[in-house]
Amino acid sequence: MVKLIAKTPCEGLLPFSAGGCSLTEQAPEAITSIAPEKGREKLVSDALKASSGMAFPAANRTTGKDGNRLIWSGAGQAFLLGPVPKTVKAAAMTDQSDAWAVMRLEGENAEAVLARLVPVDLRAVTFKRGHTSRTMLFHMACSITRVGANAFDIMVFRSMAKSAVHELSTAMRSVAAQLG
Amino acid sequence: MRIEGKGILSRAKPVKFSFDGQNYPAFEGDTIASALLANDMRLVGRSFKYHRPRGILTAGSEEPNALVTTGKGAGQTPNVRATVQEVFEGLQAQSQNNWPSLRADLMGVNDLLSPFLSAGFYYKTFMWPRAFWEKVYEPIIRRAAGLGALSGEHDTARYDKAYAFCDLLVIGAGPSGLMAALTAGRAGADVILADENPAAGGRLLSEDEQVGDRPGHLWAAQVIAELEALPNVRIMYRTTVTGAYDQGTFGALERVSLHRASAGDAPLETFWRIVAKRSLLCSGALERPIAFRNNDRPGVMMASAVRSYLNHWGVSPGRSVAVFCNNDDAHRTARDLAAAGIRIAALVDTRPDAKVTGEFPIFTGAEIVNTSGRLGVSQVTLRHDGGMHRIDVDCLAVSGGWNPSLHLTCHMNGRPVWNDALAAFVPAPNAVPGLDVAGAAAGVFSTKGALKSGFYRAKLALEDLSMKVPSVPIPASDDAAYALVPCWQVPGKGRAWLDFQNDVTVKDVKLAAQENFRSVEHMKRYTTQGMATDQGKNSNVAALAILADATGRTVPETGSTTFRPPYAPVSIAAMGAGAYGHGFAPERFTTSHDASLERGAPMIEAGLWFRPSFFPRTGEATWRQSCDREVNMVRQNVGVCDVSTLGKIDIQGKDAAKLLDFVYTNTFSSLKAGRVRYGLMLREDGFVMDDGTTARLGENHYVMTTTTAAAGAVMKHLEFVHQCLRPDWDVQIISVTEQWAQFAVAGPNSRELLNTVLDKPIDDASFPFMACGAVGVSGTAGRLFRISFSGEHAYEVAVPTRFGDSLFRILVTHAETMGGGAYGMEALNVLRIEKGHITHSEIHGRTTAFDIGFDKMVSAKKDCIGKTMSERPGLSGADREQLVGLYPVGSVKQMSAGAHLFEAGADPVRVNDQGYVTSVGFSPTLGRYLGLGFLKNGRARHGERVRMVDHLRGLDVLCEVTDPVSVDPDGGRLRG
Repeated sequence: MVKLIAKTPCEGLLPFSAGGCSLTEQAPEAITSIAPEKGREKLVSDALKASSGMAFPAANRTTGKDGNRLIWSGAGQAFLLGPVPKTVKAAAMTDQSDAWAVMRLEGENAEAVLARLVPVDLRAVTFKRGHTSRTMLFHMACSITRVGANAFDIMVFRSMAKSAVHELSTAMRSVAAQLG
Repeated sequence: MRIEGKGILSRAKPVKFSFDGQNYPAFEGDTIASALLANDMRLVGRSFKYHRPRGILTAGSEEPNALVTTGKGAGQTPNVRATVQEVFEGLQAQSQNNWPSLRADLMGVNDLLSPFLSAGFYYKTFMWPRAFWEKVYEPIIRRAAGLGALSGEHDTARYDKAYAFCDLLVIGAGPSGLMAALTAGRAGADVILADENPAAGGRLLSEDEQVGDRPGHLWAAQVIAELEALPNVRIMYRTTVTGAYDQGTFGALERVSLHRASAGDAPLETFWRIVAKRSLLCSGALERPIAFRNNDRPGVMMASAVRSYLNHWGVSPGRSVAVFCNNDDAHRTARDLAAAGIRIAALVDTRPDAKVTGEFPIFTGAEIVNTSGRLGVSQVTLRHDGGMHRIDVDCLAVSGGWNPSLHLTCHMNGRPVWNDALAAFVPAPNAVPGLDVAGAAAGVFSTKGALKSGFYRAKLALEDLSMKVPSVPIPASDDAAYALVPCWQVPGKGRAWLDFQNDVTVKDVKLAAQENFRSVEHMKRYTTQGMATDQGKNSNVAALAILADATGRTVPETGSTTFRPPYAPVSIAAMGAGAYGHGFAPERFTTSHDASLERGAPMIEAGLWFRPSFFPRTGEATWRQSCDREVNMVRQNVGVCDVSTLGKIDIQGKDAAKLLDFVYTNTFSSLKAGRVRYGLMLREDGFVMDDGTTARLGENHYVMTTTTAAAGAVMKHLEFVHQCLRPDWDVQIISVTEQWAQFAVAGPNSRELLNTVLDKPIDDASFPFMACGAVGVSGTAGRLFRISFSGEHAYEVAVPTRFGDSLFRILVTHAETMGGGAYGMEALNVLRIEKGHITHSEIHGRTTAFDIGFDKMVSAKKDCIGKTMSERPGLSGADREQLVGLYPVGSVKQMSAGAHLFEAGADPVRVNDQGYVTSVGFSPTLGRYLGLGFLKNGRARHGERVRMVDHLRGLDVLCEVTDPVSVDPDGGRLRG
């Protein structure tokens, strides 16, 4: 029997760079949504600490690090980007590995690029490493996390990868052209 | 005329530009206005209504006269202010509103007709007949009067939108703005300093005065150098803050590339939304004219603008200049010009006691009463000591005093306050929360005062933000008192112009008052004073003062008109940046997109998604042929269709069943695990919201499917119900739409096709109708649902999206070897119409469960959202238009969606309307057109004949009413 061939969300679209910024596709091992049952948030957080080494994040925050990161993704919900955790009894979990295009925008002008598309305050003083936001990337719902001094992870619906890459690369070109 | 050695403009880079096809030399840093004046061009445009010759009045963004069109074709931009637009090599500018040419404008005949064209003329004249309003009068009026024209082509230039955030936004980089930015910058605050000009300094760039130990413009440069070195300060040049909005948000327009020959990848303009914790308006003041007869001739300019051209650009707008004023400040114009060797023909001050010194003729207690000259001023008439004197000049510099630029403080409905000493409006305190005002914008007109004010207001803002205030010494500078006696108009015959852009005269304002348009808002609309691109920046206060005089009131009693955003014109293209063409909305692509394109499928947009319409094959000339084949293929063999776009919502938790019972009309708590049920959802108001199937994967685990169109709306609805109505329930909801690529496999041979990819073959016993479960699909964990939208023995198979492309290709290839293949939206639609299945064409928001014949699906045993409201009188019964099937029985065999239904013999008019058609398609299965529609009391009228009339398409068809289900009414095919 033939085997199914896998494609990544940004296949043929990335990488792209302009003006000292690069946009690359990230390939987390898996993306798992974790939503604690009512009143059992602490239990879930403790279980995650034991199994994956990180607590359940507060709103607009992340825990963990590259390769194994928990990103707050909405009311009572977080995405684990990393190995699929052991089943947490007191939480609803879904596989979201194929639902998101995950991109990293990195470079000196990353903030300036996102300022053209994202309506929230992403200045380093207010949006520090480990901070995250569910917001808009131009017209698209997205999740944005600062993962480094000049690096952001951006998640959009997989089906919108092409539009997202178009908007981001256009903004990168625009910023590059305005460097002086 | 350019004057050697004058001005701060560098002459290092000469450039050439053209005006009305003629090339002119200029320097980089010139505006079109300064360059035209350097080339002795005074005539720049024609006026809006009377086509009077007009020149350059100001040196800033308030310019009412000198509007030009730049560029050609799609890049053509009308109404560009010559005083703002910087020249660059190859810039092409055209004058506006004249025919055949600027110098010989035949439309100038309007000026001779002026006795008839006074305020209110159009309102009084073009009244009858009414039918002429839009078809005759308006086009004529618009052609005769107006500004520049659009190209009519799409604007292909790039624009950006962007967001910025700061602690303190300083609006304007004149003396007060620079001082404020320096203070806040040194304090470590995050500062944005925005100025509409290409360089910082404000009036310091235009005046010959010292600040500290150096000329003002060099002091500005020194401050800018310090600010540029501070990482917490961002300076935005060529950026006009255009509006003040809620919660410290400001709109601002940056002219990014308008001063460059080529923008490359950069935008022409960027529209910024700046959110500031505190903001400081340092926008300075605008000089106002005095109205007198023929004060609109080219060569009549603002006194401060004349100094700007001289001291900034090294250009004298005339060789023999008169100055006419009511204040001391304007005396500087005469002194500066005289020092530069320009002849001052007269300095005329309206105040008898004015103290003026200078080596030129001085007339105090005198007035300019008229000007003459064909396409520009050549002579002015002076009234002095009871006598009239004519003086030859080619430029007249006028000053009636200054008005603070307080517009932004009024953007949230604040009203300015009249100040008698300044004879001007000043900002009301706290008119916009978080916004303070400093310098001339607050009515502090001296340089020293502005510097102090800038520091002081920044200090207050910093204290408000709990930041330490650094010491910033105030440099020594000019501190002359502002002395003036108000003078709005010189009495006399003839037309004295107030609003140059709209050709409004003193007489027009008086006429408005006389005709009882005494309220300032009425006067404005009657005369059109203060409208169009300059929004009356030069004329508002004078018009008020004259209206006050005409109605016997004071200015504060008269009030002021409302200032609304934007402060200066903003391109719609900048506000809509990126949101056109493919950027209008995100585009969503399924995993089968490429494979569908390879098979030649035309794509249609379904919401944001792109879906294949049909899959044409060799020999098929029309879409109908492909569609008919695909329908037959599904009915007789097997077809594959991508249904990934349907919403999929994962619902877990011990109260998941309760939630479903609450949002669906029917019961889901009784559904067995491993089974699927069709569900109907109502809105709170009792009308149908959406429908779909929900599968129970486990005791506390469901997956709901929604229609493609309502996926977002249903998700929002569930979140609302959970978060607001039943927060006590333990339930977790998340969209998994994007996680699964899902394909319908439909037709008598569907199971045979599926078994070629399933790891473990299925049969009817292991997978009966409405079963669901986990399956292995070519080695990948997937899900299988035995459900059917086509009415055939059918399945939907889902795999993680990464495998979607691969599975679709495999399924379609296998199907083709079996004599089937892929089918698109057209066939899908025909298949469901044959089965009487509804879509949002039927559940369009105005239909109830009763209307679609699903009232029995509203469970009597439990409550659900919308149930009570659906039981309101009038939402069920024989008067309702009910879902029926229709097919043609007369000589015309065609049908159309959107057509209306009438009784067979009735007139097809509104009062006889019996219903309408929602969906139609040609059924190859039955060999005739089929429709679905809503007909009054339709369920009781099966077998009756009705008249279907499509007034738009000219169709008139006799139809028979049937049950909505036309194919396989007892569902035998579904069960295989």
